[in-house]
Amino acid sequence: MTTTKYPTAPAASATPPALGRGLAHVPLAIAPLNRKDFVSDQEVRWCPGCGDYAVLAAFQGFMPELGIKRENTVIISGIGCSSRFPYYVDAYGMHSIHGRAPAIATGVAATREDLAVFVITGDGDALSIGGNHLLHALRRNVNITILLFNNRIYGLTKGQYSPTSEMGKVTKSTPMGSLDQPLNPVSLALGAEATFVARAVDSDRKHLSAVLKAAAAHRGASLVEIYQNCPIFNDGAFDALKGGEESAEAIIPLSHGEPIVFGVDGHLAVVRDRATGALRIAERAEVAADDIVVHDAHAEDPSYAFALSRLSSAGHLQRSPIGVFRDVQRPSYDDEAREQVRTARGNGEDVDDASLQELLYGQDTWEVSA
Amino acid sequence: MLNRVVIRFAGDSGDGMQLTGDRFTAEAASFGNDISTLPNFPAEIRAPQGTIPGVSSFQVHFADFDIVTPGDTADVLVAMNPAALKASIPQLKRGGLIIVDTAEFTKRNLTKVGYERNPLEDGSLDDYQLHALDLTGMTVAAVQGFGLTRKDASRAKNMFALGLLSWLYNRDTDTTLKFLSEKFAGKPQLRDANITAFRTGYAFGETTETFGVTYQVAPAPMPAGRYRQISGNVALAYGLVVGAQKAGLPLFFGAYPITPASDVLHTLSKLKRFNVMTFQAEDEIAAAGSALGASFAGRLGVTASSGPGIALKSETISLAVMTELPMVICDVQRSGPSTGMPTKTEQADLLMALYGRHGEAPVPVIAAQSPADCFDTAVEAVRVAVEYRTPVFVLTDGYLANGAEPWRVPQLTTIPAIDPQFATEPNGPKGEFLPYLRDEETLARPWAAPGTPGLEHRLGGIEKDARTGNISYDPANHELMTDTRQAKVDGIARTIPPLEVDDPGRESGDGARVLVLGWGSTYGPALAAIRRMRKTGTKVAHAQLRWLNPFPANLGEVLRSYDKVVVPEMNLGQLAMLLRAKYLVDVQSYSRVRGLPISVDEFEADLFEIVREVEARALAPETETSEGALQ
Repeated sequence: MTTTKYPTAPAASATPPALGRGLAHVPLAIAPLNRKDFVSDQEVRWCPGCGDYAVLAAFQGFMPELGIKRENTVIISGIGCSSRFPYYVDAYGMHSIHGRAPAIATGVAATREDLAVFVITGDGDALSIGGNHLLHALRRNVNITILLFNNRIYGLTKGQYSPTSEMGKVTKSTPMGSLDQPLNPVSLALGAEATFVARAVDSDRKHLSAVLKAAAAHRGASLVEIYQNCPIFNDGAFDALKGGEESAEAIIPLSHGEPIVFGVDGHLAVVRDRATGALRIAERAEVAADDIVVHDAHAEDPSYAFALSRLSSAGHLQRSPIGVFRDVQRPSYDDEAREQVRTARGNGEDVDDASLQELLYGQDTWEVSA
Repeated sequence: MLNRVVIRFAGDSGDGMQLTGDRFTAEAASFGNDISTLPNFPAEIRAPQGTIPGVSSFQVHFADFDIVTPGDTADVLVAMNPAALKASIPQLKRGGLIIVDTAEFTKRNLTKVGYERNPLEDGSLDDYQLHALDLTGMTVAAVQGFGLTRKDASRAKNMFALGLLSWLYNRDTDTTLKFLSEKFAGKPQLRDANITAFRTGYAFGETTETFGVTYQVAPAPMPAGRYRQISGNVALAYGLVVGAQKAGLPLFFGAYPITPASDVLHTLSKLKRFNVMTFQAEDEIAAAGSALGASFAGRLGVTASSGPGIALKSETISLAVMTELPMVICDVQRSGPSTGMPTKTEQADLLMALYGRHGEAPVPVIAAQSPADCFDTAVEAVRVAVEYRTPVFVLTDGYLANGAEPWRVPQLTTIPAIDPQFATEPNGPKGEFLPYLRDEETLARPWAAPGTPGLEHRLGGIEKDARTGNISYDPANHELMTDTRQAKVDGIARTIPPLEVDDPGRESGDGARVLVLGWGSTYGPALAAIRRMRKTGTKVAHAQLRWLNPFPANLGEVLRSYDKVVVPEMNLGQLAMLLRAKYLVDVQSYSRVRGLPISVDEFEADLFEIVREVEARALAPETETSEGALQ
């Protein structure tokens, strides 16, 4: 049989100890790359002031820090404004169909352990038309990094409400106000027992870069919800989190191992109610120091992270936890699937013709003579 | 369509096999002449239980006509224990259906008759259609309320099995129910239990979407070689594996369970040792999407389904057309629309495969003609998908998928290699990579797998610039790309062999006036009818279309060289309509949509009338002319 011509994973020795396990099998760049290496020759065409620019810049900024080869980077997107993203990054990419990016990325990740696979999606793409694929990619724990751009509106189709729009929102398709209860993407992901779930804000590039880097380094499915402003159809949706003193009151910062304390001069804290076990926000002065929750992103049970996710305000955004909610280890689907094939093949030898011929013959043949 | 089915019930002499058998024998005559039995019981009245000498059996015939003999070999074996299985296998047709009662397949019972391993699990019955069911358990549960002892209750398992078989072979249940009512008139408990067991077995077949298809093979001399029995779904799976292997590509198979395509997934999931990865996706869309993702990653992405699932995949197939990536989509057709009749066959997805997408989205379509032919069809589909960078449809149907026939096993070395020709170097004048710069002959674009340095590029659903692949809304470019995608698929016709016509008298100037042009599984019944007609001197030509898109280059010429072209199809004339539209030939559709293969007898009779009419007209040209003038 012919020798295999498809690209194969490099030897495992290429894996540096410094990298997270998420990129364990992705070959390293020989010479260090810089931001420009990840910039394609295509003109970026988002509206002026769109939050997507900031996310693209953060992405192109932190990618060289991962140290992996550019040609081993794959970006799969769905449909929507943010899904134009792959065109602007000089890597392998596919701008696919509405909602299906996690399914397509699953095929890429399952067959190629030597690739770093990113999914770019939005609130409509991931949570409405593609809700099913997102759910299953997360619960299977496929080794992909999902950037969910949440602007709480349909931008590409010019301003209809989305599955994360607050109830009562007046849009082109809801002149008397929307009637749908919005989804909280972080709660949804935790409900699917996703192993890495985080939230970041487009305007805080430093934090966003750090969260995305951690997500890429995580082995298994990572979901990062990015609050992203749409200046045209939903301007100011996240303003509460973006201005000086006001944002200090609004952002509940999550940092592993740290007590969750926030507000001007740290006057607020997240505490556990001793009677119900639920989480709530309290004046720090009114609670015992022992009652203040110390953030544990590695808690196996997703209930705690889920309780945290419920601290986001329900309607127009006034307050929300930002950071990594959950980061736990669980075998990833694609690793296990490859392992099954490897085991069946007896360690990666090329398929031998004789055994394939034997398969075709089966157990019961007879001869017909001329 | 099946003229007769021979069913052998075999069990322990203590299982009441003869009792059941005798009842049928005694009553057969008064219930429609369609059941005939052959009792066969051990000489010793009480041979040791569970042993081969203790096996007792009887044969039942289902038939549409008066039966003279009970048939020598069985189509179906109902084996109540390992001894019955072992003793009766030699009398079962290769590829036949086996129903076993798993309750009796204990280690002890297996050892007693010399089975070292459980034949239900060791693959030794792969050449048969095996249904391993807990007949005892299900029957006892079904008749629980009738106050029978467990032993009496379990005896009704024969009726459970008969009910299941009645479902499989579309038998009228009234006859059996009437028989049971009258036979047990004096024993209402037994009557109700047997009727309930029978009905439960029937319902079990329906709800579990069980098939009972026997592929009809036209009598013909078999070329020399080594043969085995194979079903369509298994042959399809093997063809995909061999195709991928010939291309040097790992196979990725994304699927969602659906009748009657699931066996392709089951088969491939056991073949991981041949570098096959199977993925049971969350839905049909993800099954297709993951396959396309695998193809983008430089593997062979394949998905399979049946009508309702294919409908869901259509958006992804359009993306595969746009991104020009190799992909194979198998449609194991069943009766539609909607859920239709999942266990019944049909060919009504042809137009969906050809046109069921948005935009101008040409996809090559190839159809298998018999269970074994599913293998060659799959290999051919892989070749075209890989060499032309295109999704390819493979059409089979429930009749082929579950039917089985002898297969002359090919030597792997005789199957040509498929060259994926991955792009490894930039192809542009300035050292850049142009992902849509095409091969001049095939119009295939370069396939650059991620991980190849310098060939980073972006694909997508938005229209592409004809060279760079970048987004383009240019009107002329869109027209060029639309034409090019079509031309690429049309050009495949250059690698398709011309349509061959089987018309024995033609060379000597005594050819037929009527051509039967089949596609897919109508091949078997059509050829069987034609061969019978030829025996009595009727002249009919026969041809089989393997490629439905593109058509072979000589198709128009063939169609025009006959007075009449008859196209048998299990739909309302989809191919016939296409041929009329494309070639302006007065094709006559022969359409049957009963969920069953076309009946050989019926087709033979109808075709005979057509031939007679055409020949009569040809022999009386003046009448023809004057009639024409009057109109």
